[in-house]
This record gives sequence, C-alpha cells and structure tokens, in this order.
Amino acid sequence: MKMRGARILLEALRCEGVKHVFGYPGGAVLHIYDELIKHAESLGISHYLVRHEQAALFGAAGYAQSTGKTGVALVTSGPGGTNAVTGIANAFMDSLPLVVFTGQVPTHLIGNDAFQEADLTGITRSCVKHNYLVKKVEDLAPTIKEAFYVASTGRPGPVLVDLPKDMTAQEMEFSYPETIEMRSYKPQVYGNPRAVRRAVEAMFEAERPVLYIGGGAIAAGAHEGLRSLAEKLNLPTTCTLMGLGAFPSSHPLSLGMLGMHGGYWTNMAVNNCDLLISIGARFDDRVTGKLSEFARGARFVHVDIDPSCVGKNVACDFPVIGDAKVVVEQMLEMVDEELAHGAIPAPRQAWHDQIAEWRRQHPFWFKEEGEVIKPQYVIHELHRLTEGRAVVSADVGQHQMWTAQLYGFDEPRQWVNSGGLGAMGYGFPAAMGAAVARPNDTVVAVVGDGGFQMSFNELATVKQYNIPVKILVINNGYLGMVRQWQEQFYDHRYSHSNIEVAPDFVKLAEAYGVPALRATKASEVTGTLEKALQTPGPVLIEMQVAREENVFPIVPAGAALKDMILA
Amino acid sequence: MKHTISILVENEYGMLSRIAGLFSARGYQIDTLNVAPTLEEGVSRMTLTTHGNDHIIEQILRQTLKMVKVIQVTDMTANAHVEREMVMLTVSARRGEERQEVMTLVKIFRARVVDVSEDALILELTGNAEKVEAFIGLLKPIGIQDIVRTGPVAMTRVAAIRAQQLCGDDEEFSELTLNEKV
Repeated sequence: MKMRGARILLEALRCEGVKHVFGYPGGAVLHIYDELIKHAESLGISHYLVRHEQAALFGAAGYAQSTGKTGVALVTSGPGGTNAVTGIANAFMDSLPLVVFTGQVPTHLIGNDAFQEADLTGITRSCVKHNYLVKKVEDLAPTIKEAFYVASTGRPGPVLVDLPKDMTAQEMEFSYPETIEMRSYKPQVYGNPRAVRRAVEAMFEAERPVLYIGGGAIAAGAHEGLRSLAEKLNLPTTCTLMGLGAFPSSHPLSLGMLGMHGGYWTNMAVNNCDLLISIGARFDDRVTGKLSEFARGARFVHVDIDPSCVGKNVACDFPVIGDAKVVVEQMLEMVDEELAHGAIPAPRQAWHDQIAEWRRQHPFWFKEEGEVIKPQYVIHELHRLTEGRAVVSADVGQHQMWTAQLYGFDEPRQWVNSGGLGAMGYGFPAAMGAAVARPNDTVVAVVGDGGFQMSFNELATVKQYNIPVKILVINNGYLGMVRQWQEQFYDHRYSHSNIEVAPDFVKLAEAYGVPALRATKASEVTGTLEKALQTPGPVLIEMQVAREENVFPIVPAGAALKDMILA
Repeated sequence: MKHTISILVENEYGMLSRIAGLFSARGYQIDTLNVAPTLEEGVSRMTLTTHGNDHIIEQILRQTLKMVKVIQVTDMTANAHVEREMVMLTVSARRGEERQEVMTLVKIFRARVVDVSEDALILELTGNAEKVEAFIGLLKPIGIQDIVRTGPVAMTRVAAIRAQQLCGDDEEFSELTLNEKV
C-alpha cells in the first residue's frame, strides 16, 4: 500500500517498537501530526505534548536514561529545532540514545531563508552522533532504520533526522529494512583477549586497586558483572556522577562518588591507588582535577567502547576497546580461570583499612541548625521514605551534588541527571520522561529554584497527562552553586546569583492544577514528604532551605584531588 | 610535526563540513585539504595536512575514525609514501631575457607552460612541497602575479603496503592502531 512519508515515519517508529514520543507540532511537521492522530490506535504510540521543545528533548533523555531504551522526540523546523539543540547537546555529552525528528522546509525552499527555516543538520553537527537530511522519500525508511541503529549501538548518542515537509507528503510503498549493514560504522564489542588478560593480571598484582565505574557501564548493562568482579578480586569501587547505581552504594566495597564533590575517602583512595580500573568512564576534568597530579602512582586500565576516549586525558597502561558488559564478562572468565589455577590477588587488607580510616576521619557531614531546613537532611529523608528505591532526577547545581552524595543509589538507571553538559532545567522534564517510561516506580524530580524556573512550564504537561512526578523544589533563593563559588573563590561577591524574587511555588503549581505542599521548618520535612509521596499524580513540594549552605568536600577547579576543601 | 592524513568517506551530504567541523570544534588545525571521488561510486577520499604532537595526531585519527560515515583513516606520515602537490603560477615573462630565465626554470623543474600571452606565462608544476617551494622562491624575484596551490595528495608506497601485509596484524593492541572499520 502506498502511504505518505508522514505515515511511513510513524510505521517505522512502530517497527522500532516506539511507544512514547515527546513532541511539539508546527507547520513543517503537520503532515506527521495529522497521520499521528488518524492512526493513533493502530500505531500504539502515545505522544506527549510538552510546552517547550527543550522539554521534549529532556523528556526523551530522561526516558532513555531511566530505561536504556531509545528516546524519541519530534519537533518542527526552525525554532522548533533550535529550541531542541540544548537537549541534543545534553544527550551527546551523556551518551544517551535519542532519535530526534525535526521538520524542515520543503526541499525546493531549502537555502532560501524560508519561513521557519534553519540549517538544523549544520547547527547540530557538532553535538550529534550523526544526523541526516532526507532528500528522497525512498530514503526515509532506511534512514530511520539507520538512525535507530546508530543511536542505540556502540557508544550511544543522539541522532537527528531532518525531514523536509515534502518528504512527509510524497507517497510510496512502505517497507522497513529488516537488517542493516554499514561499512563505515562497526563498533568493536569484544575486547582483544590479550589486552584483557594483561588487565586482569594487573588486577591480581595490584596492592591498592580502585575500580572506577562510569556511565558507560550503565549504558552497556555491565553492573552485574562489575559487582562479581569487585567481589571476586576484593576491589574498592567508586562510581562517577554518571555511573551512580552501576555499583550498589550500600555494598561494603562501595566508595561512593569521586571527583569534585566526591567523598574525602574516595578521592584519597583514587589519589593513592596503584591501579585504577576504569570501566566506561572518560577521566573527565570534574573527576580528575589537576591531571598531572591525578593518581600519580597508579597504572591505568581503561575499558571503553570509544577508542577516542582511551588515552585522551591520561596515558593508559592497559587499554581495552570494547563493550563494557562484554569485556567485564571476558575479565570474569579469566579471573575464574586464574582463581581455579590457584592464583591469589595481592593482599589488600591494609588498603581497605586505610580507606576505612579516611572515611572515619572525614565522612559526609552537615550541621543541623534547629528548625532551619538543611538540604542534605531533605535528601536523607527522601532516601529513607522511598527506601532508596525511587527514580531520582536532579537538575544541576548544589542539590544535584547533595543528591549524588547522599541518596545512595543501589540500582542502575535510578539516577537521572545532566552530567556532562550540566544543563539547568533538565531535572523536571527528564523526570517526566522517566515517569512515562517507568509508571510503576516513584519518580522524584529534585530541582533547585533556579533550574525549576527554567522548566516549570512543564507543570501543564504533567497535569494534562497526569504524569506522577513528585517535584521537590530545594528553594534557597540563590543560584546556589554559583553563589558557593562566589563565596569561596570570589571573596563573597554574590554577583547576580540572588534569585529570591521568585513566584510562590505552591501557588504556581496550584495555578496549573497541580497539588502543592511547602515546608519551612525542619520538623515539617518528614511529614510533608510523606504526604507528597502518598499523593497520587503529580505534586510539588517546596522546601525552603538554609540559604547559604555549601557542598563539601569540594575540589577547586584545576586543583588536585588531594587538595579538596573539607568544610 | 606535520602529518598528512588520508580519509576515506562515504560521500554523503555535508561530509566535508563534518570533517572540517570536527577539526575546528576540537581545536585541530587543517593546513591543507583535498577532496575528490575515488573509483568507487559514493566514496571520496580526503587528504589533509595538519600538525601537532603525537597525542594530538592520535586524537585526530581516532576522533575522525569515530565519525559514522568515515570508512578509513590513515596517517600517511607513519609509512613510506609519495606526496605530490600542484601549483599554477602566473609569472611575468616579457620577451627576451626575462622569458628565457623563466623557461630555463621551467625546464629544470620539469614544469609546464599552460598559457602564453605578450608579457606573462601560466606555469604548472607538480612535486612535493619542497620542490614547489623552491620553484616559487626562484620565480619570486622575476615576478609572480598570481598563484594557486593545491596542498598535497599522498599515496602509500607499494613496498610499504606489501611489508605490512607480510607482517600480518600485530594482534596485541591492534585495536589501537586500527584505522579501518572491519
């Protein structure tokens, strides 16, 4: 049967198993939206109308981050696409599989400065894994097949498909390719066995090893293997911000998060280790601090699916290119073999004792001050009341770091946040995406008053579709992280970081028809959280917290890990 | 150090801009650049020269190979290879001694005259960068009115390819020297 390009697109989505699309209509995508409403039932696709295109991208990203499935967003040409750019850049930095469909002016108008025209493939080129401009309707289905394949395999990332309006109007037979073969795209999955063996030998020899897990381990689904590996070789294990949950934080071998706001004991362990085993992490500057001082006495094992990541920031002694899950399985096989042959890992008790001592010296702490609500306490209570099992989506800033430090993630994909790009406004729409993807889980958006004011338009979306996001606004009337840096590094000059002029968040939510609660005293925190968590559907909780609380420890930008400021 | 890098790409929409964009986004320099089709339909070869220390060059190779539509990346400088670039020059050559002098240089350098007028010649020369530089240097005092240079294209010497094939793949860490998606 011949069908319009618009219908072909939707049938292709059906073939890809897409159930949820986040989008915003406009002139260039009207054919698509027309087919979407005509065939909604047979397609089995639910569309969520957001209130700003950026939220469509963040929603799709939260969907992807909380499930591993490819998120799908659909926006119109010109401003629809440019509004989506931040979301695309975010997915690129955090390696999230997204397929983004943008409308484009009809092919004969491209380059004419037509109404709502923007060169979207050009604009997004540096922040997509790949992008396509469909110029012939017969290319449409194969392009979509390729887009989903590229987005979800190898190191995942966003793929953009730009669809000129005439491509969605022209008709042809629909047939969806079953297989795909790309000469120029072949991610390496299996690690070179010799390289893996050398890495495993180093893991046996090391006296002060640290296992360092990044977001790539979650993307690959390597968490179970990593747990076995850590247990078999008795490896102290730390996760990056993006890797939280890949190793249970409640596990005795867990060191929590490392880096700029990592634990003292964690950073000291990394600083003093003799072997750093990196799985799916990229030695980001927020992790390493001053590179020349980073783990100076250590040799590095680096497992990554992206060859360009290996050796980019640190010289690597044991590089292994491959999928983290597969390589960890290869490692486990060799470890079992070695153990069966009587090999024993080097003695490590002294190392564990040393780390425990560091932890005892400087654990995470905060000072309670009567009825003033400490943000750390809110996170602590959130953990307790959700039994550590909620999907938590943070925005960007102090509350994000407190959540990362204190929530204690035990499962992968429980933790949603914008790590690489650090895009304020992410937390709430991403939580919306996560709640759509995981209707049986409690989903909490932990946001600051700054980031929430970049995204609260989505209150309408959660109201419209009754998406049960619990929005926890940690309100301190400041751009807290900016203020903290100004306090610590700019001699208390709070230049334009005071945002106490803000809406009444409770009234704001109520204006959208979303129930809302507020706590202003420490003694109200638990009750308010409990009530909110029991409220069905979306609900907003405003916590008026201590205004000038700081995140500790902090490694000043460009300083060595060991030079962290503790209080 | 200067490196000549050869990149085989699927000749898709915007491919040149992707490669150029990668270089500018990551702060690498492109000193010269050539793009032309190969024998295979839909596949083009880009030859570019760039410079940087070993770490930067390695990153350039890996970041380029990572691009979805790049088939193969080769650092030509790593192996015995032949490089050629081409230059065309409009040189003043009035009748008499001046023209004689130019023609002598043309002969020595095995350049060609591709256009003649009353008082100027257009010359064409191919050769490696040093030869082209030398030619330009000698013509300068006579008077170069216009110049167009291509930047080099490069080919690995046949013997170097054979030698590689004989050695076979060095299995150990071959992924780090891998320049092709297989």
